Amino acid sequence: MLHSGAGPNTTAGSEPAGSARLEQPSAPENRRASAGWALFGSELSVLFRRLRTWAMLLALAAVPVLIAVVVRLAADEGGPGGGPPFLNQITQNGLFVALTGLVVSIPLFLPLTISVVAGDTIAGEAGHGTLRYLLTAPAGRLRLLAVKYGAAVVFCIAAALTIVVTGALIGTILFGTGPVTLLSGDTIGVGDSLVRLLLVAVYVALSLAGLAAIGLFISTLTEVPVGAMATTAVLAVVTQIVGALPQLDWLHPWLFTYHWLDFADLLRQPISWDAFGANALLQGGYIAVFCALAYSRFSTKDVLS
Amino acid sequence: MNGSGTSAALAIETSGLTKRFGRQTAVDSLNLAVPHGSVFGFLGPNGSGKTTTIRVMLGLAGATSGSVRIFGQEMPAHLRSVLPRVGALIEGPAFYPFLSGAANLRRLDTADRHAPAATRRRRIAEALERVGLSHAANKKVRAYSLGMKQRLGIANALLMPRQLLVLDEPTNGLDPQGTREVRSLVRSLAGEGTTVFVSSHLLSEVEQICSHAAVMRAGQLVAQGTLDELRRVGLTHLNIQTPDANAARAVLRRLGLEPDGTAAALDGQVSTPMNRPDLLPENIAAALVADGVRIRGFVVEAGSLEDRYVELTGEGFDVVQ
Repeated sequence: MLHSGAGPNTTAGSEPAGSARLEQPSAPENRRASAGWALFGSELSVLFRRLRTWAMLLALAAVPVLIAVVVRLAADEGGPGGGPPFLNQITQNGLFVALTGLVVSIPLFLPLTISVVAGDTIAGEAGHGTLRYLLTAPAGRLRLLAVKYGAAVVFCIAAALTIVVTGALIGTILFGTGPVTLLSGDTIGVGDSLVRLLLVAVYVALSLAGLAAIGLFISTLTEVPVGAMATTAVLAVVTQIVGALPQLDWLHPWLFTYHWLDFADLLRQPISWDAFGANALLQGGYIAVFCALAYSRFSTKDVLS
Repeated sequence: MNGSGTSAALAIETSGLTKRFGRQTAVDSLNLAVPHGSVFGFLGPNGSGKTTTIRVMLGLAGATSGSVRIFGQEMPAHLRSVLPRVGALIEGPAFYPFLSGAANLRRLDTADRHAPAATRRRRIAEALERVGLSHAANKKVRAYSLGMKQRLGIANALLMPRQLLVLDEPTNGLDPQGTREVRSLVRSLAGEGTTVFVSSHLLSEVEQICSHAAVMRAGQLVAQGTLDELRRVGLTHLNIQTPDANAARAVLRRLGLEPDGTAAALDGQVSTPMNRPDLLPENIAAALVADGVRIRGFVVEAGSLEDRYVELTGEGFDVVQ
């Protein structure tokens, strides 16, 4: 039933509803606009209330678990062979499960999940039709883009942390932990090594933030979220293939994937920040360019979905 | 509620508003004038440019040329100060299927920086109550019927006190009871002083709740004014019952009228549009009697709004592309 009585009125209830509404003309100007963090909170809650988000994080968590279990089972049988970096250290120290998990996930699994989240940002809202309601609320186009990108970056951090935390946990359970021997030969304590792990997670999240900016831009180009997701994922893979072709080595330093696996510098004593700095500069450039592109596209876009 | 007012008295005003998509002109030089406090019916067949007009008005799409003013303020330049005062339902409701009705409203309410967080919970409950969805507040929208989604869409438009409501086809998907409820809701909102802009392809809906209307056809405004003004422009019809139908037709033709042909008409019925304003019905009657036509019935029917609407927009599927 629709009630025709007093409506959602913010003014005092003693006033007749009619006069309260008629006085409204100046109200929005008088009422101070909030800073708008509520929308960011709402964005995060929508993102992390989706089953899809948890399914992706669960899949990422499965990577170090799988590695640890396989290594545990194989360790009983014989000596270590090839495999990804850090794999051989796992049996000596469980914390290396987290690093191996990252190395294995960086080329495909992590970019895939970021592509899903970043490709969905604007195109997903357009696909649901909710974009028109957000914009007429009015959310403001720049504010909406910022909130969307911010939430995508939060997901990048969550994705990297998921692998690091599950890796460290399962590694500790299966292999135990202790002082870590770094690439430089030095040995650091467990506490210090956990800090290093977090730094690596930040490094990976930063690498993914560049991809998220590209995904955000692609997402403003379409109303079909799956299209934006697939395009972003394909771009991440193709860029890595290009990065593996020696004939194109003049181009390599400009690819956003160039420093993706260079976090080993953070495992030296003292820490070498060179790779971190170079990666930050590269990703910063990509973030600036693609966020600007996304804004220039989105600010003038006709929302017809 | 005056059809002709200064721009200060207008809630919405468009001048020369044009929107083109490629080579197709969706809205063509539209001059709308929606007075403050009116319930304004925006009529037109599907595809006549109503929704596109609404999208441009609310800043979702840019105008190719022309301008829009809401409360006298240029759009979309003053979008941020204008839109918090406007509640909208645009081309049907749209929600996140994986969130509940209340969570969806909370989400959209946070998008409006002028909506105070302190009263959010209460305002959402009141809006849901007002559209009769309190019982389904915590149900996922995925499980809502079309009518419930439509109500939720209206609830979203009512989250804050609004000066202007833009409702695009608000009764779509609603059963007759729901349609009545929306009508009474619109009336009560209008009674509180809210200007309501309702787009519809259903004339009966507009006729029952609106004080003003505009008619669109193929992107162009073909009529605008109060309902009475629109009715007045419509053609009146003269229906005569007579055993001397052929003689009556001859007299009418002599007077310059165009009575319907013999084949189509019922026996003893003659009908003609009154397309000569100078010709008064009593003079026609006198002329008929003078020629010996026996009159059993003589009715002058004011044009219905429906006739006017069909006349303006074309019959049935004969819609201009």
